[in-house]
Amino acid sequence: MFKRLGSTGTEVMLKVDGKPVRARSGDTVAAALLAAGIDHCRTTPVTGAPRAPYCLMGVCFDCLVTIDGVGSRQGCLVPVREGMAVETQLGRREAGR
Amino acid sequence: MNAADLPSSCDLVVIGGGPAGLAAAALAARAGVQTVLFDENAGVGGQIYRGITATPVEDRAILGADYWAGVGLVDEARASGAVIVNGAIVWSLDPARRVGVSIAGKARLIQARQVIVATGSLERPLPIPGWTLPGVMTAGAAQTALKAQGLVPDGRTVMAGAGPLLWLLAAQLLRAGAKIEAILDTAPRMNWLRAAWHLPDFALSPYWSKGLALLREVKAKVPVIRVDRVEAHGRDRFAEVAFGSASGERRMKADLLLLHHGVVPNVNLALAAGVAHRWNGRQLCFEPVVDQDFGTSIPGIAVAGDGAGIAGGTAAAERGRIAAIAAVAALKPDAILPQVQAIRQRLAREEMGRAFLDVLYQPAPGHRRPVGDTIVCRCEEVTARQVRDAADLGCEGPNQMKAFLRCGMGPCQGRLCGLTVTELIAEQRRSNPAEVGYYRLRPPVKPISLAELASLPISDAERKAVER
Repeated sequence: MFKRLGSTGTEVMLKVDGKPVRARSGDTVAAALLAAGIDHCRTTPVTGAPRAPYCLMGVCFDCLVTIDGVGSRQGCLVPVREGMAVETQLGRREAGR
Repeated sequence: MNAADLPSSCDLVVIGGGPAGLAAAALAARAGVQTVLFDENAGVGGQIYRGITATPVEDRAILGADYWAGVGLVDEARASGAVIVNGAIVWSLDPARRVGVSIAGKARLIQARQVIVATGSLERPLPIPGWTLPGVMTAGAAQTALKAQGLVPDGRTVMAGAGPLLWLLAAQLLRAGAKIEAILDTAPRMNWLRAAWHLPDFALSPYWSKGLALLREVKAKVPVIRVDRVEAHGRDRFAEVAFGSASGERRMKADLLLLHHGVVPNVNLALAAGVAHRWNGRQLCFEPVVDQDFGTSIPGIAVAGDGAGIAGGTAAAERGRIAAIAAVAALKPDAILPQVQAIRQRLAREEMGRAFLDVLYQPAPGHRRPVGDTIVCRCEEVTARQVRDAADLGCEGPNQMKAFLRCGMGPCQGRLCGLTVTELIAEQRRSNPAEVGYYRLRPPVKPISLAELASLPISDAERKAVER
């Protein structure tokens, strides 16, 4: 869905649902998911519909993901870090995460 | 900076690092006032100057000279001595000017003597069928991805909506090599008749020549189609856009649909603080009631920038300076300050063309007040029909609507449905948005975990109050 204009920054490796995903320093988690062509980052608690980042500016909350074990993080506000573990959030945030 | 390193009290807290916040913090700090600026993103700039300190977009022509003007504002703020804290999420502001902020999972309450809220704007919701599908995003989102990460839509892109930003983004995406299949222009033709009245002012404003050049640049490369209806279709993912006008219905396969219907003030924090707001019938949104220095109904709290009513990035910086002059004058009456009159004149010139743009790009009623199964509240997946039916049953306002349908109670806290719900209730009940009002907002305005709250420092007195 998106391509990179250039290749500035350094490479950062994430794990998304256990699989390695290449990102660049300066990416937010949501941007890294879009650049990697991941088609959705969560499903809704009400009907289980798939959602992907919508506003990328912290207001829509459709990019909610679990990051390093913490649920309902706004992917568009969190910068990527080497070794970060991102998980698709299915439905509600799990208790204790 | 860590939450633990923040002072527990401060002369001036500025919330938001866009043009208004940067200009306000720079002016106040230079005048000798202890100033802290909180911004939730990894870098300052807000949305208009997003990624200004670290953008990977090297070719300056892509984003244009207006974008790069942001460098000056950032340099000014950094040189001023203001403490700029990024990654700082402000989740609370109360009338006593206590600012609740969370940094890397640790929360603090900061007592401020003056507060300038510079939380800017967000895109007006454009609730069309299928707008929740992956592959449908706001135009602003695509612009953010371009500015901050150098990401360009790959594949067939369609843009739909109206407003200056739509044309600016189309030009930027084209310069960056994106392929735009079509722009679906939803601005009602009738708007021209009403906007023409404001044309002389617009012709004198800085936006006139810039706007014409943008339109020419985009229209030379992309077909522009006037439409009354837009729908996104696809199973689990956007695949096709359907659109129509009086002359018929059409469908177009595409990979990405970018929606835009202008921007409206991001009112959540100011509303939660208790600042009085009113309905703006020309911009069709709620905005804080402010005086000429952008002071609000709450002493010591000002709202500057587009958060006080949409006027654009350059005007936002001037508004920030005016608010900062008032804050400094209250804190430090002997401070040497710039002449406010010159700033007011520059602001007036910036705001001159606004009425024309507001009226020309005013969204059609059908795009503000959807029908049927179109989702209104994205978080709780509440449809237009449900909201209309509840209003017919006797639900009088948005707050009662929460009890009926949970709309506005999901994580976005009404940011993406509030205006739609207000307008739908007003229509069903033959009332008006000013009467119907908006969601009552309360802190925290951003989700914060109990663990973050529990990390707040506790004084001995507070501990003794609950311990036996």
